[in-house]
Amino acid sequence: MFSPHTPSETEEMLKNIGVKSIEDLFKDVPQKYRFPKLNLPEGLTEMEALAEMHEYAGSNETVKGLLSFLGAGAYHHYIPAGVDSLLRRSEFYTAYTPYQPEVAQGTLQAIFEFQTLIANLTGMEVSNASHYDGATATAEAGVMAYHNFRGKRPGILLSSAVNPQYREVLCSYLCGYENINIQTLGEDFTIPGNPDDLAAHVDSETALVVVQYPDFFGRIFDLTAMAQKVHEKGALLAVVTNPIALGLLKTPGEMGADIVVGEGQPLGIPLSYGGPYLGFFATKKEFARKISGRLVGETSDAQGRRGYVLTLTAREQHIRREKSTSNICTNQGLMALAATIYLSLVGKSGLKQVANLCFQKAHYAADVLGQVPGFSVLSDAPFFHEFILKCPRPVEAINALLLERDIIGGYDLGKDCEALANHMLICVTEMTSKDDIDYLASVLEEVTHD
Amino acid sequence: MNVPENLKYTHADEWLSIDGNIATLGVTDYAQDQLSDIVFVEITVEKGETVKKLAHVATIESVKAAADVNSPISGKITDINESLSNTPELVNNDPFGKAWMIKFEITDPAELTSLMDAKAYADYCSTRGH
Repeated sequence: MFSPHTPSETEEMLKNIGVKSIEDLFKDVPQKYRFPKLNLPEGLTEMEALAEMHEYAGSNETVKGLLSFLGAGAYHHYIPAGVDSLLRRSEFYTAYTPYQPEVAQGTLQAIFEFQTLIANLTGMEVSNASHYDGATATAEAGVMAYHNFRGKRPGILLSSAVNPQYREVLCSYLCGYENINIQTLGEDFTIPGNPDDLAAHVDSETALVVVQYPDFFGRIFDLTAMAQKVHEKGALLAVVTNPIALGLLKTPGEMGADIVVGEGQPLGIPLSYGGPYLGFFATKKEFARKISGRLVGETSDAQGRRGYVLTLTAREQHIRREKSTSNICTNQGLMALAATIYLSLVGKSGLKQVANLCFQKAHYAADVLGQVPGFSVLSDAPFFHEFILKCPRPVEAINALLLERDIIGGYDLGKDCEALANHMLICVTEMTSKDDIDYLASVLEEVTHD
Repeated sequence: MNVPENLKYTHADEWLSIDGNIATLGVTDYAQDQLSDIVFVEITVEKGETVKKLAHVATIESVKAAADVNSPISGKITDINESLSNTPELVNNDPFGKAWMIKFEITDPAELTSLMDAKAYADYCSTRGH
């Protein structure tokens, strides 16, 4: 709780330190910088401010008014009404970080349930209490692997089929580490090959191999053989995954992943520029002490009743301090709660149904869009709910025309890879209807026909 | 507080037992008592590795703090105590016995002269209060 001081308290403190007024505390700041003119507009009333904000918000182009085929890391899924109504309960909404178990049992239990759900979903033994987003969770996998080998294996191999933004964030996190050697493999490809090819580059210097499943292009590869090859060389395998896809697919844990990370936004969190989103991070029990952030554990109190506490906060500032492997001491509590409520509401069969709808509709879309003259679907592997559509014109131009017809087009793959200019990544979820897909096909035909 | 007679000590609360040219390293009873419940021991060197005096060789983590263990002398690691990773509580229960951390060949016996004997270490602890 943050309360202002009363005048008498202020006076007492000033008296105690022998200062006459608060202004005197700032006398080291040159006079002319002390109260600079800020050149701000006149203040608004609440009513005026709200109207102005509404006007700004109105210029956003969102999935509420438009039909979207954009994914590439952030996905438009249905959010059951129960998610928001539980999430916005003030007990959860306003709670500060749960350091004190005696006042934070609800939040702690929710995080504990979140960890259990993520561990089950990914097929791993332990999950931490979450990260900011998929990119930072991926970066933490690199941090953990580097420290696991105490810097003696400084190599990190990234598949170029890992989300380009995640790769950038991982590089930002790790670029200052001693001897670090981060390589992205398959930079000059049209469509990157099978992840098995990556395993051939693993050597005694490699700490970690990072792949995505389904990959950034939506494709699904069995990683079992690859995991084995990575382990034979003594390195670790991190798999970036989409939690919705895991409703349908074999878990990364079953395939031998050492670390599973990903973006939790598809689990009940709305699309929002700049977040808040949700990173998840799961691993094997043997690495539990090396995870960044925090873990909540179940225990019993002095009277034998079930209770929850921050169990492994060892990485945090109050225990390991400068010796910790990561500087992340927090978690994305409210968003982890949203994911927990979402998964609880849809349940195991509901999640499978959502995943199956995404899969079936995406395959229908691939069939239909691949038949539009000038367009073709590039696919060399099974895919989940995204696929590459080769276009007869630059994607930017097509998307501008689509927007005029209330459609948000696919992700422009040429932005990250020159070889993929004129290719868009189409995403289809359970929110997309057959009519929507047919409409996109007809508009594509129309806008490129001349 | 237990301070065995036959060991050498450092100001950072490590002990060293010398057997010919082999030294065994651990942390003292005073150290474990100050740290309270030890929950994790990570030995950060490997067998065969050569360490210099004051090299970081292990990290001990308790419910209230984490502490580094540094080698008081130079040497070549001949053995490490693997059992501490699964049973870190040995450091609390038997700091001078089962909780030994590493063994190494002494490469510069002259470095031993700077270490304290049991009496000097006991005096040193008493000056810090207990």
